[in-house]
Amino acid sequence: MFAEILPLLSKALGETIYMVVVSMAIASAIGVPLGVLLHTTAKGQILENIFINQTIGSVVNAVRSIPFIILMVAIIPLTRFLVGSAIGTTAAIVPLVIASIPFIGRQVETSLKEVPAGLIEAAQAMGATPAQIITKVLLPEAMPSIVSQLTTVIIALVGESAMAGAIGGGGLGDLAIRYGYQRFRPEVMLATVVVLIILVQAVQFIGNTLAKKLDKR
Amino acid sequence: MIKLLGIEKIYDSPSGKVHALKGIDLEIARGEIYGIIGLSGAGKSTLVRCINMLERPTAGKVFVDGQDMTALTESELRTARKNIGMIFQHFNLLSSATVYDNIAFPLKLSGTSSADIQKKVQPLLELVGLSDKANQYPAQLSGGQKQRVGIARALASDPKVLLCDEATSALDPQTTKSILALIKDINKKLALTVVVITHEMQVIKDICDKVAVISDGVIAERGSVLDVFTNPRHEITKEFISVLLSNELPAAFRGNEISQDRTPGSLLLLRLIFLGERADDPVLAKMIRTCAGLECTMLFGNLDEIHGVPFGRFIIGLSGADEAINNALNFLGGEDVRVEVIGYVRRNSTAVE
Repeated sequence: MFAEILPLLSKALGETIYMVVVSMAIASAIGVPLGVLLHTTAKGQILENIFINQTIGSVVNAVRSIPFIILMVAIIPLTRFLVGSAIGTTAAIVPLVIASIPFIGRQVETSLKEVPAGLIEAAQAMGATPAQIITKVLLPEAMPSIVSQLTTVIIALVGESAMAGAIGGGGLGDLAIRYGYQRFRPEVMLATVVVLIILVQAVQFIGNTLAKKLDKR
Repeated sequence: MIKLLGIEKIYDSPSGKVHALKGIDLEIARGEIYGIIGLSGAGKSTLVRCINMLERPTAGKVFVDGQDMTALTESELRTARKNIGMIFQHFNLLSSATVYDNIAFPLKLSGTSSADIQKKVQPLLELVGLSDKANQYPAQLSGGQKQRVGIARALASDPKVLLCDEATSALDPQTTKSILALIKDINKKLALTVVVITHEMQVIKDICDKVAVISDGVIAERGSVLDVFTNPRHEITKEFISVLLSNELPAAFRGNEISQDRTPGSLLLLRLIFLGERADDPVLAKMIRTCAGLECTMLFGNLDEIHGVPFGRFIIGLSGADEAINNALNFLGGEDVRVEVIGYVRRNSTAVE
């Protein structure tokens, strides 16, 4: 029996990791700058611009308030436009990215808020440009916190990717639903859950270790 | 070196407009250590931030080394700021960077090559006595060491001016002394103009040449530290000084009624201030010799130095015939000593004679 489940499990695990890693990479590339923008355009910050801040803030809130399963279905035309198909593992990456960008933005914003204002002031007094303040003060100082926050995002992505089965994305969640639930195979359900727990534990452990290593305070 | 003309600063706050600075004029000469003292909320931190435009004054002009800071564009201002080093109460070091990288920070900002950075940072580490800490992180340092890093960082871009914003307020007295000595040392070595913001008169007394007392957004009093110390005019100045130089009467007289008329059994208390070369003249011995029938009791005495000028403060009690006392007052009036008549005060009955 185990020999029968194993190939299923490893294929599903591979799909989950693929969805999470690729979504995370793309979402971070957009979400981290978004978080920087959210923080630096806020009142009293180096690029203060209330209009931009509130506009971006509202969009972020709007996207974040859509339940993932609905977002996934709602953006099918966009997905089809971007990856040429609305079903499959790669197709699932589009809604995962879109859901994660505002999440990462807010998490990074929270991390940047923890950087003491005095440090920004000191950098300004030394003649730093806003770009230098972002790259040489804000991001390095907030890095341990950003790593912790992004760890949370990855774990959320593992959870969201479980819904990808709804659009034929595969993955561990899909396996648990199709085999464990619909075909009454509790041992498959159990095995999937165990793998998910190990996966999440591993992500959390790596995130914590990295954050601790970066934290010199 | 620094010239402030009619500086005003008005903030908008939820509870209305706050007039933080109400027309400040100030001139600081090259190589001077200029102290600005005030209570919290007096506007001193805002004032020092107007010098490097971290706060833009609502009105007025700021000249640093002949350059009108208020007229500069953002990018010109960034260049001008490299001439003005600043250190802070809470040090404001990068926690994620080593001591070396913190000191190198302003050089990295201006794109200096790492070879040149090395040449610059090494001597600075030596200057502040932290050569052995180059690879440590700020969290591993004591407060005094952190401020030394702050000073080295502020000096890295060869500034002409050093602004110290409550630089010793988070440090213990011993560490404060060593940091002040370092600031004084670099002021001499590098001919640096230093502006010191503080709420502690001790800091002013230890290193400043001149002082401005700021209160409620205006300069209440200013002058050489010696003048302001020995002859404070404004109430707020007297209060600051009284922390260092107690104005209280000796315990045996404290709390008793002070009368301008003689009452039985009381002494006429005088506060005497000697200054400069004459501080150690035998004025009191001469007074006693000159005024027959005068009894003179020394109740309090303190000899101090401000910038190497001796400065003595005494409280004496006079008794004896009215005529002898009048003679003594006349005698002191002709001497090079400042006399303040406190009044007739009776000694506490419980005090041991």
